[in-house]
Amino acid sequence: MGDYHHGPAKGLSRWLFTTNHKDIGTMYLWFSFAMFILGGSFAMVIRAELFEPGMQLVDPAFFNQMTTLHGLVMVFGAIMPSFVGLANWLIPMMIGAPDMALPRMNNWSFWILPPTFLVLASTLFMEGGAPAFGWTFYAPLSTTYAPPSVTFFIFSIHVLGLSSIMGSINIIATVMNMRAPGMTYMKMPLFVWTWLITAFLLVAVMPVLAGAVTMMLMDIHFGTSFFSAAGGGDPVLFQHVFWFFGHPEVYIIILPAFGVISQVIPAFSRKPLFGYASMVYATASIAFLSFIVWAHHMFTVGMPVAGELFFMYATMLIAVPTGVKVFNWVTTMWRGALTFETPMLFAIGFLILFTIGGFTGLMLAIAPADFQYHDSYFVVAHFHYVMVAGAVFSMSAGIYFWLPKWCGRMYNEAMGKTHFWISFIGFNLAFFPQHFVGLAGMPRRIPDYALQFADFNMMSSIGAFIYGASQILFLYNVIATIVAGKPVSDEKVWDGAEGLEWTLPTPAPYHTFETPPLVK
Amino acid sequence: MTSQTSTAYEKYHVPPKSRLAICATTGLMLSVYGAASIMNDMTFGDPGVSTNSWSIFLCGLFFFLATLFAWFRTAIRENLAGLNSAQLKHSYVLGMFWFIFSEVMFFLAFFGALFYVRNLVGPWLAGEGEGGRMNGLLWQGFEFSWPMMQTPQEAVGGAAAQPLANNGTFAGPQTSLSFAQAHAWWAWLPLWNTVVLLSSSFTCHLAHMGILDGDRRKFNLWLAVTVLLGMLFLCLQAFEYHEAYTHFGLTLNSGIYGSTFFMLTGFHGFHVFMGMTMLLIQLLRSVLGGQFTASDHFGFEASSWYWHFVDVVWVFLFLFVYIL
Ligand code: HEM
Ligand SMILES: [Cu+2]
Repeated sequence: MGDYHHGPAKGLSRWLFTTNHKDIGTMYLWFSFAMFILGGSFAMVIRAELFEPGMQLVDPAFFNQMTTLHGLVMVFGAIMPSFVGLANWLIPMMIGAPDMALPRMNNWSFWILPPTFLVLASTLFMEGGAPAFGWTFYAPLSTTYAPPSVTFFIFSIHVLGLSSIMGSINIIATVMNMRAPGMTYMKMPLFVWTWLITAFLLVAVMPVLAGAVTMMLMDIHFGTSFFSAAGGGDPVLFQHVFWFFGHPEVYIIILPAFGVISQVIPAFSRKPLFGYASMVYATASIAFLSFIVWAHHMFTVGMPVAGELFFMYATMLIAVPTGVKVFNWVTTMWRGALTFETPMLFAIGFLILFTIGGFTGLMLAIAPADFQYHDSYFVVAHFHYVMVAGAVFSMSAGIYFWLPKWCGRMYNEAMGKTHFWISFIGFNLAFFPQHFVGLAGMPRRIPDYALQFADFNMMSSIGAFIYGASQILFLYNVIATIVAGKPVSDEKVWDGAEGLEWTLPTPAPYHTFETPPLVK
Repeated sequence: MTSQTSTAYEKYHVPPKSRLAICATTGLMLSVYGAASIMNDMTFGDPGVSTNSWSIFLCGLFFFLATLFAWFRTAIRENLAGLNSAQLKHSYVLGMFWFIFSEVMFFLAFFGALFYVRNLVGPWLAGEGEGGRMNGLLWQGFEFSWPMMQTPQEAVGGAAAQPLANNGTFAGPQTSLSFAQAHAWWAWLPLWNTVVLLSSSFTCHLAHMGILDGDRRKFNLWLAVTVLLGMLFLCLQAFEYHEAYTHFGLTLNSGIYGSTFFMLTGFHGFHVFMGMTMLLIQLLRSVLGGQFTASDHFGFEASSWYWHFVDVVWVFLFLFVYIL
């Protein structure tokens, strides 16, 4: 078959027509970074408006479009695709496979994304403006009161779901079917495990999200009454269906991050991961529990007391396997020969900040307390601790960790560390004060606020600008590395790194493991 | 930790670069963009202005279907050329299995909505239990029964009398399609639909037995019967929809009963159509191309799994939409 044995094709056709998992991984990663910048610029608009009390820059309708698009672009465009990019690059190399199981479909999963986000971004210029109902698009805001662009939003979600489902089926098939001889399930690196479970979650809940937006579509255009009490339906039904997707979705975001951290910490502690098996079981239990806790997002909606109690206790249970993980990471470092290169710094930053996010999650899980916290900035602080300091920090750790392996060049360590410290300070400055304003009663998703929140909001905005700016440094560092970084040729770029990917030449050749290795 | 294997290894065929994904994306994006535009024209548009939404949609759809055709043809040719190792074939098996699993979850969302409405929302709207306050405030006089023949809106005297934001007119049906309202069991269409679909699963299995025995005549015959039964089901379903709209007053607008009824049976019907098309293509491959052998007939097998899945969904529909 023609060009199979040669290297990559030349020019644009390499990227458009590729079936190579590394090319596809690279495209996913660059695309997600572009979305990170786009979603980040929406966030900058939000923080600029909130810099001072009063209406400064944008009108409230546009502000709502910004919060909505910021959330959607970050969740579906930045975080999820970035981890799919890592999965593409790494899973075949980690399990000793020649490529992903279904390479053409893999390319399709990726190429659906750019035009879809183009459509989503173009809603900003449509009559009535972009969707302005929040990333959780509750009915009837998103049905009866939605701008016409909602139809394009709905179809975008359908198509994104298709892409995620195909991507996940591919990952499941790869992990189940393509492991090298001897690579038993319980020998797989934790990153592969977490992705296998994540892919299962995706296949299970993306169709439910498709169902939710389909009901919206029918209510808007064809006169059904799923979310309308006048016809015997219920707007709260929307919330149930959405969060049945939405809660597993947050674990879809964090589980691959757990996987990355579980690779990075042992490498820089020069010790095997503590409690490998318990990590696997903890991941699986988190995935299972994530299906039965969704209504903790709906404590204030008027559920029967039995429901409140059930969802409260079930949610608190998740802290147990999550605690097991944190314990294992810390114990892995215990008495290790630690060094603090950039990936390790980000991993430790993750560990501390994610734990804070987990604790605020526990506070929110207490139903009676949540009546106070719900829809306040406390919730915003909570989920940015888990999604930014959780998912995005671990992504940064992963990029610094594997980039030298991918391109055979070392990044600038001093610049990497600077990136970490600026991110760390900027992030905490941006989001820690939000706990306080939230507890004091500042609601989320508003363009103006009471005077007593002014100082904390100004700090928040400054922190957000700092965090945003530090990503430019990151971008510069990555490009400089690829173009002119110091060459490395050791197979093990990091002396403590373990796993099949580190047995390959550096930089990783275009095709790897065409004959499978034997894993003992 | 590792060494290269010396044992003979059947190569996993990684296909060369391919245009299929880009073409599929183009077709898909055009068709969804067109579909969204058509709906917006319908709901928000100015009826006097003509748009090109339908052309975009149809071009996109055509392009998409043509790409899918090319895609499957490529996959089939690779298999006939002997490129597919046993391991690669297993990837297809896994792919199909998890695809069906995702479809199960899609239906689960709609069944979930049905159960939620029937067991919680309905009684609450009628004033029962913890959600019951709404009744006194908003929907006085509404009584709940399933199928819901009178919507809360009708109970308070129609859309104009509705106390809060009005978002449409929802009038319940005159007659429902459930078993309780059938004149006689033999005149009740869903029963015959069930008979047709269940027997088609059985004939599909006979076709499978046929190909496993290497008996192509038997395979073709039973597969053709399966496809015909599928068509018959779709005709009966179309007839039922026609009846519902013209005689029973049961439409998409007739409140939550109509909504759940048409969405559940409609998506199921669409899946029957897809499954039938898949089986028809397998039939043509066998009759015209002489493809499939006793040991290699995954195209058929995958379609048959899909068919059995569609059948199982129907059993649940029959129970929860029509009987109970
Ligand atoms: C110990 C673990 C966790 C617990 C107990 C927990 C609990 C909660 C609760 C109860 C809420 C609802 C708050 C409210 O709206 O009043 C919430 C919101 C949220 N959580 Fe968590 N959480 C946990 C971990 C995570 C993780 C790991 C992520 C994502 C990576 C996450 C993402 C979110 C998001 C995005 C929201 C807000 C959704 C919205 O309304 O926009 N959480 N969490
Ligand atoms: Cu949650």
